[in-house]
Amino acid sequence: MEDLTAVPDSGLGWLEASGDHADMVLSTRVRLARNLQGYAFGPRARIDDREAVLRQVRAAQERVAPLSGCTVVNLPALESRSRRILLERRLISRELLGGNGSGPADGIAVVLSGHEPWSVMVNEEDHLRLQSLLAGLRLSEAWNLVDRLDEDLGQQLPYAFHHEFGFLTSCPTNVGTGVRASVLMHLPGLVLTKEIGKVLQGISQVGLTVRGLYGEGSEVVGNFFQVSNQTTLGKSEEDLIDQLDRIVRQVLEYETRARQVLLRDARAVTEDKIWRAYGLLRYARTLSFEELMNLLSGVRLGVSLKLLPEVRVYTLNKLMIFTQPAHLEQAAGRDLPPQESDAHRAAYVRRVLATEGTVDADEFPDDRAGDKHTG
Amino acid sequence: MVCESCGDHEAVIHLTEIKNNQMSMTHLCEKCAAAKGVEAGAGPPNLPLTDFLAQMGDISEPSPPGEATCAFCGLTFAQFRETGRLGCPHCYASFEDHLRGLLRRIHGGTQHVGKVYLPLDPTASERAQRLEGLRRRLQRAVDSEDFERAADIRDLIRSLEPT
Repeated sequence: MEDLTAVPDSGLGWLEASGDHADMVLSTRVRLARNLQGYAFGPRARIDDREAVLRQVRAAQERVAPLSGCTVVNLPALESRSRRILLERRLISRELLGGNGSGPADGIAVVLSGHEPWSVMVNEEDHLRLQSLLAGLRLSEAWNLVDRLDEDLGQQLPYAFHHEFGFLTSCPTNVGTGVRASVLMHLPGLVLTKEIGKVLQGISQVGLTVRGLYGEGSEVVGNFFQVSNQTTLGKSEEDLIDQLDRIVRQVLEYETRARQVLLRDARAVTEDKIWRAYGLLRYARTLSFEELMNLLSGVRLGVSLKLLPEVRVYTLNKLMIFTQPAHLEQAAGRDLPPQESDAHRAAYVRRVLATEGTVDADEFPDDRAGDKHTG
Repeated sequence: MVCESCGDHEAVIHLTEIKNNQMSMTHLCEKCAAAKGVEAGAGPPNLPLTDFLAQMGDISEPSPPGEATCAFCGLTFAQFRETGRLGCPHCYASFEDHLRGLLRRIHGGTQHVGKVYLPLDPTASERAQRLEGLRRRLQRAVDSEDFERAADIRDLIRSLEPT
């Protein structure tokens, strides 16, 4: 069995809460879909195709400088919990886990770089999915990273490229540039002021698309919205990325304005919501992941508005990742049925928040007033 | 919310406009919206690909796709319509005419204008196309003052130009 100890930063650099607008933007991701000539695409590939693709990637590893020192993780050889951990860290897609409990097919792998924030999925829907993942809003940096890797790989691997349609992909919605850039934003202000519907409608009208936390097909939880380009053909990579950047910045401006409205027109209710969320996280004995995400959304808003100054954004990011089922099981050293998982989750959150600079009595002026009345 | 134009009626149409890449919103009642020529429900369809493909039968195609088959991987066009996934790079050539209409509807066009890939064993014209693409990207990197990027692209150009 392979394990993940060979990956130095465990692929979690994007949690560090650095970069532009890190309180409102969790992460920026840019991925490129690439396929090799002469083999069937993922869904129709036979084992020979997949193994040949993986062999070519391994051979390229020796000749492509950025790939030397990387870890090629063979997913079928990895234990199931570690695979789910990779998914929870957003380093692989759900598709790579394999369906119906059968696990990933032979030849499916992920190349993890310990020193750079990128990874390459091998034999996903496309032969290669190169992705970079950075904290905060850093679209051009994320694009440059993945573009450089693509240039290096392209000199060694025979990409499938068509003079008219560009880079060929399994799904025609990715053809052309093969680029999908996405920004994961926290937009509680727009949700609470009920402006979100209009903003999402506007986003979809400019050729962008909105998804939940885990990308395609996932639900919106904790007021996190993932906005990405929808079209990939007919515009250059830089144009697609610039357009996304402009619209994201505009949405962040709307969000900032919505937060100002909340503070101006409903400060008491907003503060109450935030402190209640914090209180529940501090003391609850069981928490489902969905409940946790909703409470974290309130606390994140509080931190961003400087109403909860003692909690760092990094801590909130960390709580989102380490409270997912496979991470909790890893910490417990065994499988956890849902109810136990909820208890472990609540215990983990209590422990982290208790050590994260406690909020002292000075932060509770109203409580002290209450004490005087009752005391 | 009251209509921003007449101020009398309830705004039922929320218009999002993009001008010079700036998004603005206008809230209008039905009457004012109609007067401005705005129709509710206008805008590009936002359907899952398989629904999109299912509709393709209703739209006239160059010829009925029927049982067109990719000679390399054996995928039929009917199978593609079912799954929304092509079988291999050759499928693009096998179904070229049918795909062109689909790509136009998904992306608004069919001509790739992004990065140009240089095959491992390039012809002179592939080399020229690649150079042209790189020069375009270099200009853009310089315009946006991304000098580190520009230096990278300059290196790629140098490696292609005859010495």
